[in-house]
Amino acid sequence: MMAYTIRRLILAMPTLLVMLTAIFVLVRLVPGDAASVILGDQASTEALAALRTKLGLDRPLYVQYLTFLGDVFTGNLGMSMSTGRSVIHEMLTVLPSTIELTLAAIAVGLIFGLPLGIAAALTRNGWIDYVSRIVSLVGLSFPAFVSGILMLIVFAIQLGWFPVLGGAASGTDFADRMRQLALPALNLGIIMMAYVMRVTRSAMLGILTEDYIRTARAKGVGSSQLVLQHALRNSLIPIITIVGLYFGTLIGNSVLTEIIFNRPGLGKLIVGALNARDYTLLQGLMIIFAFCVIIVNTLTDLAYGLVDPRVKYE
Amino acid sequence: MTDITATEPVRPGGLWLSFTRNRLSWVGLLLLAAIVIVAVSAPWLAPHDPLEQNIVARLEPPSAEFLLGTDSYGRDVLSRLIYGARISLFVGFVAILIAMAVGTTIGVISGYIGGVFDQIVMGVLDVMLSFPTLLLGLMIAAMLGASLENLIIAIAITEVAPFARVARAPTITLKQRDFVEASRAYGCGPLRIMFRHILPNMLSDVVVMSSLWMASAIRTEASLSFIGLGVPPPTATWGGMIREGFENILDAWWLAVFPSFAILLTVLALNLLGDALRDASDPRSR
Repeated sequence: MMAYTIRRLILAMPTLLVMLTAIFVLVRLVPGDAASVILGDQASTEALAALRTKLGLDRPLYVQYLTFLGDVFTGNLGMSMSTGRSVIHEMLTVLPSTIELTLAAIAVGLIFGLPLGIAAALTRNGWIDYVSRIVSLVGLSFPAFVSGILMLIVFAIQLGWFPVLGGAASGTDFADRMRQLALPALNLGIIMMAYVMRVTRSAMLGILTEDYIRTARAKGVGSSQLVLQHALRNSLIPIITIVGLYFGTLIGNSVLTEIIFNRPGLGKLIVGALNARDYTLLQGLMIIFAFCVIIVNTLTDLAYGLVDPRVKYE
Repeated sequence: MTDITATEPVRPGGLWLSFTRNRLSWVGLLLLAAIVIVAVSAPWLAPHDPLEQNIVARLEPPSAEFLLGTDSYGRDVLSRLIYGARISLFVGFVAILIAMAVGTTIGVISGYIGGVFDQIVMGVLDVMLSFPTLLLGLMIAAMLGASLENLIIAIAITEVAPFARVARAPTITLKQRDFVEASRAYGCGPLRIMFRHILPNMLSDVVVMSSLWMASAIRTEASLSFIGLGVPPPTATWGGMIREGFENILDAWWLAVFPSFAILLTVLALNLLGDALRDASDPRSR
């Protein structure tokens, strides 16, 4: 298992390298260059030249590239242009609330998505199946900010059940924190729920017709035990895959969710960086996201072995 | 030769038949048709000029004169909604056309050449697939600057990888088929084989998926406009309208709610259509 984990991490290196290269190229696609973007149109030639030297933009491209890679792997993501603090510091201060939000969204997705998917599969073409398919289709069609705004209007502004302006700082005790987390997590969780429901339904449909299920039923295994132990357990691989696969989507949508519910987090940091034209912070955040994607992909692979003993780590 | 069934083109009659048998596909089709008609006939349908400001009538709730209310510049929300449909559909459609052309070409060439080249190309595409669409689009749009062309380019880039994947798989099986072998023996060059013999045989797979990805493109467009990276104001875009509505969310709910439903209905229509098309073209689900 340990050896496999290490090997899997080594295999992830080329992927990481491609991502980092793409980010490097993307940042250099800025019309003009970073220096002229930072200083604006009115900047003097001397100031531009000075900043170019400071940012290393006057050096040959391959030197810039190697320096960039070296910096990334030594954990030096540079200083934020707008705040002057290190990118790592900016990120670490908001990371916990983004992690809290994403984990809560995954929990919401599983808690609602799994039972709905199972129920839909068991009553194929019945009304539960029909309703949950429509619900999941609507869930997939909502851009995260649209569902977020509608929830905010209905539950926070009209009904007043939840605080309109979130923010982790104002709530210290657990209940307050949960109340602030509820709407954003629900909003983000709906999308996850839709994916989980769909994949659970189709995986269960495939498995319920298998011979071993019929055998178990013939042996007199009760239906709840049959569903949970025999069928669901074998559907877990595609479910884990979809959760891992859509983790990226979740991160992307958390950007929008954080803006709407005014939560601190990576999303708000990104938009702040955009508005302040803080390209070092933007580049640093992209690198962090690239690492997140790789870590989640690796964890997904490792989770296969936990749910399915037939998966061998060779 | 067991995988032939996967690439066997579905007879057009069969696809149409199973498509029309699905009730939800009709809902999607009619909904989309209605939205397209509204977008095309915007100048005749819109009761007001979408850009006309009227300071006296700002932030008016829905009324007989302004059916869906007015925004903070006193512009008619209904008219802006109708004109906004043009931007969303145009951006989504053009971005998907570009992504389809580029992605399919990459997929066919990569699958046909195979070997190390194919592995590298697919490796890069997998990375693009695993990176969040919205963040990729956001990054590209931020770097290029906010404009209609840049928005289309950013969204097209995020949708290239799925097209390449769908085009590549059938190419690999098709290139071993007898008719390709025959045309090669006949002296056809690789380009002719790829684009005259292989491409037409899997175009239906690609087109079927494009409806689902156009839904995703429109979602990305709306999200980027909401963040402020879309077509710059004062042009009416749904995402931009929601952005303005969000600033006034406490006292003017109508500003954000109506464009929200417009986006939802459009994406839902494309998803319904795309799901039905995919189910109809997949022999296993019939």
